[in-house]
Amino acid sequence: MSIDRRGFFRVLGIAGLSVGSGRILGAKSGNDPETEFYGILYDSTRCAGCQGCEFACALEHGLPEPDIRDVPVAGTIRKTNENRRSVINVFNTSAGEVYVKTQCMQCNQPACASACLTQAMRKTEEGPVTWNGDRCMGCRYCMISCPFDMPKFEYHSPNPKIVKCNMCFERVHEGKLPACVENCPADALTFGTRRELIAEARRRIYADPDLYHDHIYGEQEAGGTGFLYLSPVPFEELSFNTAVQDRPYPELTRGFLYSVPSIFILWPAILLGIYNATRDHQGEEEENE
Amino acid sequence: MSNIGYTAVKANNGQSTWRFLAGELKPKGKLLTPFNVISAPVILAGLVIIVIRFARGIGSVTNLSQEVPWGLWIGFDVVTGVAFAGGAYVITFMVYILNLKKYKSIVRVTVLNGFLAYVFYAGTLLLDLGRPWNVINPIIGNGFGVSSVMFLVAWHFMLYMLAELIEFSPAIAEWIGARRAGRILSGMTLAAVIFGITLSTLHQSGLGALFLMAREKIHPLWYSEFIPILFFVSSIFAGLSMVIFEGSLSRRVFYDRISEKNKKAHDGIITGLSQICAVTLFVYLFLQILVFIHGKHWDLLGTPMGWWYLTEMIGFVLLPMILFFTAYRRQNASMIKIAAIITMAGVVINRLNVTVIGFRWDSATPYYPSWMEIVVTLTVLFSEIWIFRWIVLRLPVLRESVSRSNNS
Repeated sequence: MSIDRRGFFRVLGIAGLSVGSGRILGAKSGNDPETEFYGILYDSTRCAGCQGCEFACALEHGLPEPDIRDVPVAGTIRKTNENRRSVINVFNTSAGEVYVKTQCMQCNQPACASACLTQAMRKTEEGPVTWNGDRCMGCRYCMISCPFDMPKFEYHSPNPKIVKCNMCFERVHEGKLPACVENCPADALTFGTRRELIAEARRRIYADPDLYHDHIYGEQEAGGTGFLYLSPVPFEELSFNTAVQDRPYPELTRGFLYSVPSIFILWPAILLGIYNATRDHQGEEEENE
Repeated sequence: MSNIGYTAVKANNGQSTWRFLAGELKPKGKLLTPFNVISAPVILAGLVIIVIRFARGIGSVTNLSQEVPWGLWIGFDVVTGVAFAGGAYVITFMVYILNLKKYKSIVRVTVLNGFLAYVFYAGTLLLDLGRPWNVINPIIGNGFGVSSVMFLVAWHFMLYMLAELIEFSPAIAEWIGARRAGRILSGMTLAAVIFGITLSTLHQSGLGALFLMAREKIHPLWYSEFIPILFFVSSIFAGLSMVIFEGSLSRRVFYDRISEKNKKAHDGIITGLSQICAVTLFVYLFLQILVFIHGKHWDLLGTPMGWWYLTEMIGFVLLPMILFFTAYRRQNASMIKIAAIITMAGVVINRLNVTVIGFRWDSATPYYPSWMEIVVTLTVLFSEIWIFRWIVLRLPVLRESVSRSNNS
């Protein structure tokens, strides 16, 4: 079989495309045991609520400096927004006051990334879920999809950005610790691979079962998240989203998306069939008339 | 009446197409009609609001929040509007695929309506996008987000507008007197129709599938994994009810534009459509009941949202279904119109229940649209009607096409 220049490039192009799409499809399944995402373990029994992480985060990402009078108060929930990617809240629980840090959970299979039609939201190989302004069209479908409501939108800007914790992707990429982890004086935040962190969290629960509630939030939730939580009380008491499903969220649209190619093949064929059937029928009718 | 277009084409022979078009741009008919008097100021106000939106951000004109990122513009203009535009794919299916000649006279006006609906709702989508200059990215491949339902919907909107434009293009060709182009474009109709129906099936259901990942955010009475199927089935009667409603309005407003033959056919058409509406409403109600029983939400029926759910199902699905059936059996045209209006209200309620009312129903600060969002919504609606009227007054939409009446 001979192949000319043009044919060669065509084959090369098709091969390139299929390799490319294979890579995209491959990246979708985060169940790959080879993938070692980095994550952060937050131990609320150690956190003293100093808000050092909030200040470090604002400084690192060029966000407005937090108001020093805006401290966590039990009974009110402070939320992340377009000006702060990470917040500390305090809850009155059966084990006394417990502090909780809130930020993007860095899911293994993020709903936001699968929702994004331009791949502006992306799960990086290192683990952080990042946002790319050159791609984002601001449709806010990521906000609709995220079970933790973490992507925030700059509603009052003509050039709005999606704001959320990106686990200091640039720093992680350079081998440095995320800003909040580096600046935590109470050692409540631990950075590492998810596998190491889950092992460490289990070790802490076994070492002191009276101190910890026996659950690692984020180990199973939403198909596993990069941020993992330890708490002295059940997570309902800390107003965590416990209705969140254990299966990854992108699975909810998978069935629909898988039906698309079959409809694209079946429908035109069926429609053409019906068209031909009715046309013949009508032809007969006209002959009879 | 049917030779208005013919004289236009004849007059065109002497002059250039551009001069003909320039002449056609001039307004026809009275300017100070009640509709114009109401719609013109609303459109002007809407344009001002749109300028503010682009200068100072979406938050300056809408009540959207970090918890409720999609409001009236998406929930009503896009999601509901596209359901109403579903008439085009149903009617083209009946006429071109099932070969039901009876409905041929309403194909053009329905396709025109569908096309304009998509153009304007895609336009609203641009207003709602925070970074609209990046809207081209999923098309040019600055990120093919193939795992996104939104990716499918975006591509389908674009391709479907193209398909509808091809379906409608013979009318444009006739208008400017391009006979040869008209023949070529007519030859592409069947392909466009088949492509269009396939696309419609997928993006009508796709609009529902957009909300599948918001599992905990939508009230359980409206959330189920069957949203895509429910959205697809309801788009059939939503579209046909719109066709019935719009048809009777057009009949009144453009009475002298409609050929005698089409006027006579009108009642036969709407009784036929009412039967289809009744059957699809029945299928839809049946599916809703199945979904409800599967969901095991009996306890929720006693809550205010449960009563609201029952209102939707009984008042806006069961009732119009019975009305359509009775009207069909009694051949009662005015009852069909009433049923169509109730059905349309029901579709609006259903789409808003999924996208806005039931979305974060438990939120401490529920979303209500701001007056500016409502004005912009009306602006979109009114401008669409203006353009529709402009086209109907010039192009062979409601009357028989010239070439066909010449041949016969």
